[in-house]
This record gives sequence, C-alpha cells and structure tokens, in this order.
Amino acid sequence: MATHEFAAQAHAHAAPQGFIRKWIFSLDHKVIGLQYFFLALTAVLVGMFLSLLMRIHLIWPTVPLPLLGEIKPETYLSLLTMHGTIMVFFVLTTAPQGGFGNYFLPIQIGAPDMAFPVLNMLSFWTTFLGFVVLLAAFFVTGGAPLHGWTGYAPLSALQSAGPGEGLGADLWIISIAIFCIGALMGALNFITTTLDMRAKGMTMMRMPLTCWAWFITAILGLLAFGVLLSAGILLLMDRNLGTSFFVPLVTVNGQLTGHKGGSPLLWQHLFWFFGHPEVYIAILPAMGLCSQLLSVFSRKPIFGYKAMVYAMLSIGFLGFMVWGHHMFMSGMSPYTAFAFSIMTMAIGVPSAIKTFNWLGTLWRGKLRFTSPMLFAIGFVSLFVTGGISGPFLAQPVLDIYLHETYFVIAHFHLIMGVASIFGIFAATYYWFPKMFGRMMNETLGKLHFWLTFVGAYAIFMPMHYYGMAAGLRRYSQGTEVAWIQHLLPLQKFITIAAFVTIASQFIFVFNLFWSMKKGKKASDNPWEATTLEWTTATPPPHDNFGGKTPVVRNGPYEYSVPGASRDFVMQSDEEIKKKH
Amino acid sequence: MATIATTATINWVAPDYATRLRRSRLGLLVALTPVLMLFVSFTSAYVVRQGLPTLDPRTNQLVRDWIPVKLPILLLVNTGVLVLSSAGMELARRQIKNAAQAGATSSTAEVSFNDEGKMPWLGITIVLGLSFLFGQWMAWKQLAANGFYVATTPSSSFVYLLTGAHAVHLMGGVVALLLAGVFALLRRPVTTRSIVVDVTAWYWHFMAALWVYILCLLEFAR
Ligand code: HEM
Ligand SMILES: [Cu+2]
Repeated sequence: MATHEFAAQAHAHAAPQGFIRKWIFSLDHKVIGLQYFFLALTAVLVGMFLSLLMRIHLIWPTVPLPLLGEIKPETYLSLLTMHGTIMVFFVLTTAPQGGFGNYFLPIQIGAPDMAFPVLNMLSFWTTFLGFVVLLAAFFVTGGAPLHGWTGYAPLSALQSAGPGEGLGADLWIISIAIFCIGALMGALNFITTTLDMRAKGMTMMRMPLTCWAWFITAILGLLAFGVLLSAGILLLMDRNLGTSFFVPLVTVNGQLTGHKGGSPLLWQHLFWFFGHPEVYIAILPAMGLCSQLLSVFSRKPIFGYKAMVYAMLSIGFLGFMVWGHHMFMSGMSPYTAFAFSIMTMAIGVPSAIKTFNWLGTLWRGKLRFTSPMLFAIGFVSLFVTGGISGPFLAQPVLDIYLHETYFVIAHFHLIMGVASIFGIFAATYYWFPKMFGRMMNETLGKLHFWLTFVGAYAIFMPMHYYGMAAGLRRYSQGTEVAWIQHLLPLQKFITIAAFVTIASQFIFVFNLFWSMKKGKKASDNPWEATTLEWTTATPPPHDNFGGKTPVVRNGPYEYSVPGASRDFVMQSDEEIKKKH
Repeated sequence: MATIATTATINWVAPDYATRLRRSRLGLLVALTPVLMLFVSFTSAYVVRQGLPTLDPRTNQLVRDWIPVKLPILLLVNTGVLVLSSAGMELARRQIKNAAQAGATSSTAEVSFNDEGKMPWLGITIVLGLSFLFGQWMAWKQLAANGFYVATTPSSSFVYLLTGAHAVHLMGGVVALLLAGVFALLRRPVTTRSIVVDVTAWYWHFMAALWVYILCLLEFAR
C-alpha cells in the first residue's frame, strides 16, 4: 500500500509518455530548464534586434528603415523600454536561474527533481505568459511604453502622458507583475530543494559554488520580487482607478490630471529596493559558474571556497542596502547620500575578494582554453572593467554629473549585461554535452568568443567617453546636440561594432542547433569534472540517476589531488584522506 | 588512497510521509516570505504617503489630503469570523493528521478515508472563510455608502488596497481547501490530503494574523 500511495509523487520511475506531457507541460526539471533556456534565447534575439534599431537611429535619425519607416523620437523610447525590459527580465533573470539552475541544481546536489515539480512547471508557463503580454505591447494602439525599464512615475502613471502610455504601459506593468509571480514560484522551489533535497553527504559546504549562487539568487528574488509586485499594483491603481500613490499635482498639456499628493520618489524607492538586488540576481549565477569553470579548466581547486561563499552571501546582503545610489539626483539629504555611497563602495570588498580568488585559481594552473573557459575568463575581465566604473558612480558628486549620461549605460552593460551574458554562454558551452549528448564545435566556439569579446569592448568602452562628454542617455536626437556633434564618428564606430557583434551571435546560434544534430558524441564526463552531473548518463535519465541516489564523499573541487590515480576526484568517489 | 575511482550510489527511496510533510511545510515557510514582503512594502507606502502634503492650486498652500476613514463596525464582526475559521482550520488539521499518521503506520489507510461520525471541520472552515470574504465585500459597500471610494482620499485607497490584497490571498487558501475536498472525493491517499490541509492551515493562521495586523494599522495609524 505504501508504495502505491507514493506513486503520484515518485518521479523516480515512470517517465511521462506523449509529446504534450513530455515536452510542453512537463514536470521534469530538465525539460523545464530547457524551456526557460529557449525562452531566453528567443528573448535575447528580440532584444538584440531592438538594440540594433536603436543604434541605427542614433546615427541616422531620419533615415527610413525597411518595414518600419522613420523612427520617431517616441518610438526610440519604446524601443529602449522594451529592449531593457526584455534583457533584464526575460534574458538575464530567466536563463541563468530558470534555465541552467533548473536543469543542474537538482543534479548537482543529487536530487531526482525539484521539491515541487508542479509549481516548477507553473513558474515556467507564468514567465512565458509574461513574455507574451510584454510583446503584445508592441501591437496595441499607441504601441509600447516610453518610460524605460525603470518605469518612473509620473510618466508611467498617466494614461495621457504620451503614446504608448495607454494600453501599452498597462500591458508592461501586468507583464512585470506576472513575471514576479513566476520568479517567486521558482525561488520557492530553488530554496526548498537546496535546503531539503541534498543527497547523503552533500553538506552545504560541499555544494558546488554554482549551487550556492543559485541558492543565494533565489533568496534575493524571494525578498525583492514581492516589493516590485507591490509597486506594480500601486502603479496600476494610479493608472486605472484614479488613486494618487505616485502622482503629484501635475498637468498634462495644460490640463490638471485629477491626481494630487502622490510621490514619484516613492515609486523610485520601491523600484530600486527591487532593482539593485535584481542586478545581483542577474550576475550571481554567472559568478558561481565562473568559479566552477576556472577550477575545472585550471585543474586546480577553487582558491578560497569558503571566502567565495561568504563573499556571495555578503554581496547579497549588502545588495539590499544600496538602492539609494540610483537616486542621488532625487534631492535626498547629503547625509543619506553619503550613507548609500559608503555602503555601495563596501560591496567592492567582497567583489574584490572574488576577483582575486578567480585570479588565484588561474595562477599556475594547467590551463585548458576550451570555449567555456574562454567565456569564464572573459567574464572576469568584463566584471573588472564594468566594476571599476562602479565606485565612480557611487560618489554622489560625480553621479550628479554622470547620472543621465552614457557613462551609466557603459557601466551597467559591461557589468550586468555583457558579463552575465558571458556567464550564459560559458554555461551553454560547458553543459551542452550533458544536455544534448554531443559536443559543441570548438572552432566556432572560439571564433564566437573572440568576436564577442572584442566586439563587446568595442561597443561599450567608447560609451564611457561619450558619457563623460555629456552624451545623454534615453535621448534619441543626439546628432542635433551641439556639444557632442564632434563625437558622431565615435557613435558611428559603436554602431558598426554593434552590427558586427550582433551578427557574430549567429555563429553561436548556428553552432547550437548544428551541434545538437551533428556534434561529436560526448562521453559522460568530457571535461573531466568532479561534480555529480558528470557521474550520471548523458543526457541524464528522467529521474537523474536511474533509480539511484549518489553518496557524496568529497568536496566539489578536488583537482590535481596528490596521490590520486587521475588528476580529479569526483564528489561521489572514494573519500580522499587529507593529510596536512 | 583512491586508485580506481568508484562512484558510490544507494537505491533511491520515495520520500515518506514525514519527509513530505516537512518539505511542504518548509516550502510554505519560504512562500510566506514574499507575502510578508508585499505587505511590508504596502505598509511603507502607507506611512510615506500619510506624511505627504499636497499643493492646493487655488490657495497655493500645502494642505493634507489624507482624510481618516471611519472603518465600518462590520470589520470587527468579520475579524471574529476569521478567528473562528482559524480555530476550525486547526481542528481540521489535527483531525486529518491523526488519520494520516494512523494510515501511514497501519495498512488500513484506505478505510480511514471514511470520515463518518466526525465533525466536518474542513467544510466548516470553508464556510467561515467564505463568510469572511462576503463580510469584507459588505464592508466595502458600507464604505462606498459613506462616500469613501477607492480614489476619494489616499487613506481610503489604502483601505481598499489592503483589504483587497488580503482577500485575494485568503481566496487562495479557500481554493486549497476546496482542492483537499476534491482530493477526498477522488479518494486520493489520506496522507496527501493531510499534507494539503496541514500546509493550508498554517497559511490560514498566517492570513488571520495578517488581517489583525492590517486592521490595527488601518485603525490605529489613521
Ligand atoms: C548587443 C548588445 C547591446 C547593445 C548594442 C545595446 C544597446 C543599447 C542602447 C543603444 C540603449 C539605449 C541607451 C539610451 O539611449 O539610453 C540600451 C539600453 C539598455 N540596455 Fe542595452 N544593448 C545591448 C545589450 C544589452 C544587454 C545584454 C542588456 C542586459 C542587461 C541590456 C540592457 C539594457 C538596459 C537595462 C537599458 C536601459 C533601458 C532604459 O533606459 O530603460 N542591453 N542598450
Ligand atoms: Cu544599484
């Protein structure tokens, strides 16, 4: 009786039959992970396309484009809103956590699935719905909203504030709200799974750093998305029920709006209380992954495992106390600004610890420059380059000058945008063999790396300069501003670089689909790595370990162990007796 | 020293009742965090908005637009109903948990599905929960009758917002209880039903406490 009672729960046995149950409404975390991955892939292609349109508009503002015609200034704002929203939510939050986290967290801790498979499925389909609702904003009257990914009130709170601020803006808010709910369901699963489903011997301090990163990211999401949801609800009420949470006494085209007394700054506080942790939600999984890869491909234990864990925890913790650094321009008291400034710079400490540990891991390693390794090293490079401009922006006096300029665009694209994207690339090249049973093409992978690496720097480094010359962000007619006229050649260079870089992404897309069918067959452990996903079949069976559960006896980074028969000892291998 | 790598595994065993119960409770605890954050966030908006003056365009003076709302007495009655439902919920939880524990150790689990002769606490809780929601709806009508609509004054906006957001969350609890009822009709194992009821019960208690908090906020921080 007992066994049949659990039959409903026991995913260890029968795999689902039929296309719908297996690939569409699947409960298997691996399929859900792939669904998230392909959703993010679709989203990133859309987001990139939008950025290309923006870049073209920035240098030829009046040239009509095929199909779209001339891009009006307000259309430019719609493009940038949708670009930012798609990239932040549906790419950077979706792929590293929902995609790879879903696929590999249970396997790496030795569990047969996530704790709540049905919830997991719901979280994907909720996210998917959010994406569809967001894209719908392009096609309604007035088009997509203008208010940027940060949705500042009162622009975002008034139907009459501009084209796109009608139904388009409502859809934008609803999409974000739906996304929040999906992300919260995901976070719930990640946390419960990590805490309660680890295999025997898999103590917290034996978890791969990837698992730590997914776990901490989930906690950040759990605390942040509820706040964004609350802000979204208030905004919807302001827009549609006539309340005044965020809208002060304002006129639009000389007409009083009927709102009074609300506070636009209240929106900013709520938004950035979510918004800053969000940037760590985007980058923490990439940090965990790069720690992993640098160790695997240097054939050395990670330098300072514990320090890495504590650094991630403190980054997560401090991340909730610095949101004010986005609001130095809001007229906040200089004392408050000072406090936020100090806190922000404090994050530099754990970030530097991580960076030095990465370098320490590489130091004197037997480096293997595979494609995933190149992207991991590229991540470190971008993290440093993008991070260096952080302490500048964290100075209120400097930020008052730099705030609305391209300097900020350069900063966050490097550290949040491209660095996290490099994490996603590294993860794809690294885990592709496990997911699809074949290797990706290395030559194409390296070509893709070099073009993207050089390209990303070519796009975003000059933006620092353009920003310091007071080139304005969220401004479509830069060509007509006298003081940056002389930088038009630079702008042209950036656009060309963007064009080339975006084009080279199709090498990756081609490699991805081509290798699924034609790639070299992969063995179970092609990278000679130690973590549990490499102990199981390729691709893993429905219940991950084929009716078994691994027993963990070693830490995750046992490379070049003295006296061992090969240069790596897997987590479930015989225990290494450490003599010190 | 390890010479030949031998990867260790043991056979997978399905989680037992105690494990599943613990896991679900942990999941609930985690799930309550964002709910809490949602209401913390609303509260902070409440406090901030309460302190803000607005410009009167006719006199060019800063004035307050926050008019304290007189809450309908009905809300107190509703509170009583909700607290009662929480008690009923607790009894339902214990009832089915005992049945499940008996079932998990003896082989007569299928028999214990037969609840004849026992108080239908689950049904009572559902009825009380729905009465509470109906009462909240009536309270909204009374507010409107007194001239307080959603956009009348920021304080009334918050009354509707907080009661509404709480009601939506409680509806989630009602749906979960109905699900447990449907499971009973489908003759799902008593252990599964017991887990659904147990987790919903803790959620329900949380909702009752949250409601008391909201009521205090609206009444004492007007
Ligand atoms: C192909 C590479 C990319 C190019 C060429 C590009 C280009 C641009 C441009 C031209 C803007 C508008 C700047 C302005 O006028 O204010 C922008 C904004 C933005 N981009 Fe990108 N981008 C790229 C990739 C990404 C990625 C990977 C992310 C992920 C974080 C991202 C996130 C954003 C955000 C959040 C904004 C701000 C939108 C706003 O102001 O509301 N971008 N990007
Ligand atoms: Cu920030």
